[in-house]
Amino acid sequence: MTSSTGPTAPLTTRGAAVAFGDRVLWSGLELDLAPGEFLAVLGPNGAGKSTFLRAVLGEQALSAGQMSVVGRPPGRGNRSIGYVPQQKALDGATPLRARDLVALGIDGDRFGLRRRRREDRQRVDEALRAVGATAYADAPIGLLSGGEQQRVRIAQALVGDPALLLCDEPLLSLDLRHQRAVSSMIDRRRREHDTAVVFVTHEINPVLDLVDRVLYIAGGRHRLGTPAEVLTSESLSDLYRTPVDVFSVRGRIVVVGTPDHPVEAGRRHDHSHHLERPVAAVHR
Amino acid sequence: MSDVFSFEDYGQLLGLVHNSLIAAVLLGVVGGLVGVFVQMRDMQFAVHGISELSFAGAAAALLLGVNVAVGSVLGSLVAGSLIGVLGVRARDRNSVIGVLMPFGLGLGVLFLALYEGRAANKFGLLTGQVVSVDTVQLGWLSGVSAVVLIGLAVIWRPLTFVSADPEVAAARGLPAGLLSVAFTLLLALAVSLAVQVVGALLVLSLLVTPAAAAFRVTASPVLAPLLSAAFAVTSAVGGILVALGTSVPISPFVTTISFAIYLVCRLLSGRRTRRGWESRHADPVDNSSHMALS
Repeated sequence: MTSSTGPTAPLTTRGAAVAFGDRVLWSGLELDLAPGEFLAVLGPNGAGKSTFLRAVLGEQALSAGQMSVVGRPPGRGNRSIGYVPQQKALDGATPLRARDLVALGIDGDRFGLRRRRREDRQRVDEALRAVGATAYADAPIGLLSGGEQQRVRIAQALVGDPALLLCDEPLLSLDLRHQRAVSSMIDRRRREHDTAVVFVTHEINPVLDLVDRVLYIAGGRHRLGTPAEVLTSESLSDLYRTPVDVFSVRGRIVVVGTPDHPVEAGRRHDHSHHLERPVAAVHR
Repeated sequence: MSDVFSFEDYGQLLGLVHNSLIAAVLLGVVGGLVGVFVQMRDMQFAVHGISELSFAGAAAALLLGVNVAVGSVLGSLVAGSLIGVLGVRARDRNSVIGVLMPFGLGLGVLFLALYEGRAANKFGLLTGQVVSVDTVQLGWLSGVSAVVLIGLAVIWRPLTFVSADPEVAAARGLPAGLLSVAFTLLLALAVSLAVQVVGALLVLSLLVTPAAAAFRVTASPVLAPLLSAAFAVTSAVGGILVALGTSVPISPFVTTISFAIYLVCRLLSGRRTRRGWESRHADPVDNSSHMALS
């Protein structure tokens, strides 16, 4: 187990790029993620946010540059990474309880039959307690609500004591209270255990207070910096190459005038705190 | 009815089906355990498809006068490899199966039509012939069962991970494609066992129904396979024991017992969902008064 407080940087990239043929998603990415740092990855749908996670996981090869993930080149099966995938309802027929899904985070990749050690079972209990899921630890995962499943997924990602936590839209389809619960859970983890967090989201507002830096990807380019540096009218206008206005309204950030994105057209937009789409649509 | 049921010489008959009972226990254990993953991976249609090609293989063996068990295993493995390699994604898989199945069944019918031996042998391949398990066949069945059980034990946990939670399993570096092919081959072997005992048409009753019943009453990853295997053994052995006293083939009894177990489990699960988890106390976050923040 790699110690999360060790000297190895959780994530380092040098001139990293991903392109599909002529279409460059991002390039020249220089990132040094510090232990315990909270990085939000923002941008319109299809910009390459999830591809960034896939590159860190070793599921997507870089087309240029280097990347180092907890001291190793990106490769499948890095046990120092905890991963919360984009939410997809777990099958109701699956014969697994919440605690079993979490336990797979410890030994799901081991071949052969072996009794779980008591310390592993204790770690599962602790992980469930840390996300407030003890009450439904023995419930079939298929019967849990979206918010409950998401807590269990975070417990699964954290039970292996990762140095780097990757979350792909972990707040999607959660109501505001669950959004707060889940993001503060992740925040507590990185403060107490120095786990670096890469948090892909299309809504910055639920995590705006927690984020150290923002990686904003759009149109094949990116901006990296603190929210105050990146989320400004000037910076985003430059990134989108079109006039974009960024307002701060009662602690929330509202971005107006981003180019409409066809992929986003079908998306539900009943939340008032979306980063770009609803307000942009009104002003188009 | 008195012509159908007669338990007078039951003790003597029991001695004759000794081999068949062992075969039924083996098949029950293998079918019940494999069924757990059939259920988790939605491969019920694959079971049916493989069983038709297994039937074709067994029919070819009958025609050529070689060991039927070998023919059935070969037919299954051909089907399993094709499905495993061509149909990694669920939708591809179903269309591959839909294409293979009638072809296999057609071949089987052709081989049977050309076969000039006992008619009971022909019928047995489709609807079951467990009473005729001889010692050579039992050797084959035991060997194949051992291979399936060992194979399953080796891949059990990764296969569970990949089946239940494919994204995270892939991120952990598990080879989903390889595991899928490996499981399909083990499934093919299990199907070939079942074809020889309950017949190609009724394989589902031992590879699908018991696991489906078990999933209704438990979500424990330890209890579900145990129950599934117990249900399958009960159906297979029970079917033989009842059939002994009758002039009817065993398969209707096997299928009826396994269906009855499923019905009981469904009824139990209806009560469990209504009174159990659905009425559990609400998520603490839902009760807290964070409303002011929104």
